[in-house]
Amino acid sequence: MNVEGDSVSNEPPLVQLRGLTKSFGAVRALTQVDLEVPASQVTALAGDNGAGKSVLIKTLSGLWAPDSGEILWQGHPVHLHSPKDAEHLGITTIYQDLALCDNLDIVQNMFLGHEPLRLGALDEPTMEIAARKTLADLKVTTVRSIRQPVASLSGGQRQSVAVAKAVMSKARLVIMDEPTAALGVAQTGMVLDLIKTLSDQGVTVLLVSHNLNDVFEVADRIAVLHLGRMVAVGPASSFDTQVVVDFMTTGRSTRFSGDERAADLQN
Amino acid sequence: MSIRLPSALTPEGTVTDGSGPDGEETKRSAVLEAVDRFGDYWMLGVFVIMVLVFGFLSPSHDLFTRASWLNISQYAVEFLLLAIGQTFVIITGGIDLSDGAVLGFTGMVSGVVMQSLLNAHTNVTLTTVAGFATALLLGAVIGFVNGYLITRLKLPPFIVTLGTLTAIGAGATPLINGGNEVINLPSQIGTIGQTLIGGWIYVPVLVAGLSCIFMGLVLHRTRFGLRTYAIGSNGMGARRAGIGVDNHLVRVYTISGLLAGLAGMMVMANFTDASPLAGQNDELNAIAAVVIGGASLFGGRGHMLGTVVGTFIIALLVTGLVLVGVSGSWQEVATGVIVVAAVAGDQVRLRLAER
Ligand SMILES: Nc1ncnc2c1ncn2[C@@H]1O[C@H](COP(=O)(O)OP(=O)(O)OP(=O)(O)O)[C@@H](O)[C@H]1O
Ligand SMILES: [Mg+2]
Repeated sequence: MNVEGDSVSNEPPLVQLRGLTKSFGAVRALTQVDLEVPASQVTALAGDNGAGKSVLIKTLSGLWAPDSGEILWQGHPVHLHSPKDAEHLGITTIYQDLALCDNLDIVQNMFLGHEPLRLGALDEPTMEIAARKTLADLKVTTVRSIRQPVASLSGGQRQSVAVAKAVMSKARLVIMDEPTAALGVAQTGMVLDLIKTLSDQGVTVLLVSHNLNDVFEVADRIAVLHLGRMVAVGPASSFDTQVVVDFMTTGRSTRFSGDERAADLQN
Repeated sequence: MSIRLPSALTPEGTVTDGSGPDGEETKRSAVLEAVDRFGDYWMLGVFVIMVLVFGFLSPSHDLFTRASWLNISQYAVEFLLLAIGQTFVIITGGIDLSDGAVLGFTGMVSGVVMQSLLNAHTNVTLTTVAGFATALLLGAVIGFVNGYLITRLKLPPFIVTLGTLTAIGAGATPLINGGNEVINLPSQIGTIGQTLIGGWIYVPVLVAGLSCIFMGLVLHRTRFGLRTYAIGSNGMGARRAGIGVDNHLVRVYTISGLLAGLAGMMVMANFTDASPLAGQNDELNAIAAVVIGGASLFGGRGHMLGTVVGTFIIALLVTGLVLVGVSGSWQEVATGVIVVAAVAGDQVRLRLAER
């Protein structure tokens, strides 16, 4: 059932899900899901509406405990009882509905929850310097002032701030749920560039997206969920758009040319 | 157009999505930003105009006298202390309707405690200290209970603090000392109220001023202040950023209660008695002061300087109307109009921002 990718290095994947199952009453949101997320790569999670993508990432970010199955972090089983636990490991999730505070400025948003102090007060100079550097590292250049409230930013800029916040908190794994959903062409390009920059810097990205153009542009690996089951996982090169669509809509594809079974047997 | 309720009217955390428009290029026009900025400072202009109007309307320009300043500043003390706590509460998107009642209740309890200590021949200074401790502690405890009910039982702040207002203001306070004023107080209480510093500042005014500066620094310069804004701006976002939202809210309501207890003592010092009528309806004036000062009942906005100006606008309105010979009910009408106007202004600002 499960097909696994080309994780040939002997380093364990950053995250590994084994037999993850989650139900809501009679609804089986996830059924025996296996997935490997290798470090420093972009893994795209595709699937139709209701396939279970959001449930999967919410489990990974500690919002929901799975009914059964386990989560391995760098090869070791972990129990995520709360978002705090996930954050401690270095998992940051950027949700569809952004978690930014409109009334606060960019710097304040980036440091919210991790504010540096000096003599009991906020250390504004340190905050500004670090914020500027992080944004520059991410090649975010379009914001006029890092002291403007995020309410005045465009959708893509807001995504950038959310990502910068994640980087700031030393995230190892950044999970993004539909980061381009509300964006136009230029803004989407900006966010995709951001994702590439992130992974160039060694941050692992798990990207949830409906948009297959986006997926093929940035993903190293693709995983497809169908009705709560993981129906295909493999390097992006072993898929094309039609194959992914087949998997998303029917759960199978006759044209899939991965060598994934072999990897699966190794486990 | 849908009508959004301030989150104070709904259980905490349910309306606080605040993710805002996510569309392409949500640029706000320069006009809008100007309106926005103006929205923060219009009250300064209003204040100056009021000073001029009342000053020149009042017979022989009474407003521009030291006596009138002493009068207004002394009158403003209780509203200022309540408004400081209210500023924090309103920025979180909540409301504290109980602070006037807490003022009256803590004053009465403290008065009775001091009276019995004096009757038992306790040292006068010790009695005064005990009186202050009682009021501050009691205020903090009531605020804590407010915050606890709001966060743990997920009840709307409006309902919880209205309940506290009714239970304490209408229920408990009139029972204390048979509903009579407590006049047998340590002499120091009166001394505090009547001591003038440098001829211009009464001690309670100084206390309120220092509280304002201290809490202003807390609001604008510390982690606690930043998180207060974050919670009011986007409660869910604050939670995701790892902030203990519930504990923070409990602390904010506790501060509001504590300051109401302090206000109770200052009112007592001003009048040299503890009255069961003290603080009645003060909550509305305090809320008005905060909203006039640029805070939004939807949370996330407000600042301490605005609250100070807002408080003096209210104080000036009442004393100014007295000076120009308008009295009694008309003052109440004027305050009511100002409150509604300020809240309406808040709504308009929000609509403009959402367009
Ligand atoms: N809190 C919940 N309670 C009950 N059922 C839920 C809950 N969350 C998700 N589900 C169900 O789990 C299934 C998977 O939902 P999920 O939100 O993960 O889909 P998705 O793949 O993210 O879809 P979309 O692309 O529309 O975001 C759906 O049938 C959904 O109704
Ligand atoms: Mg989803």
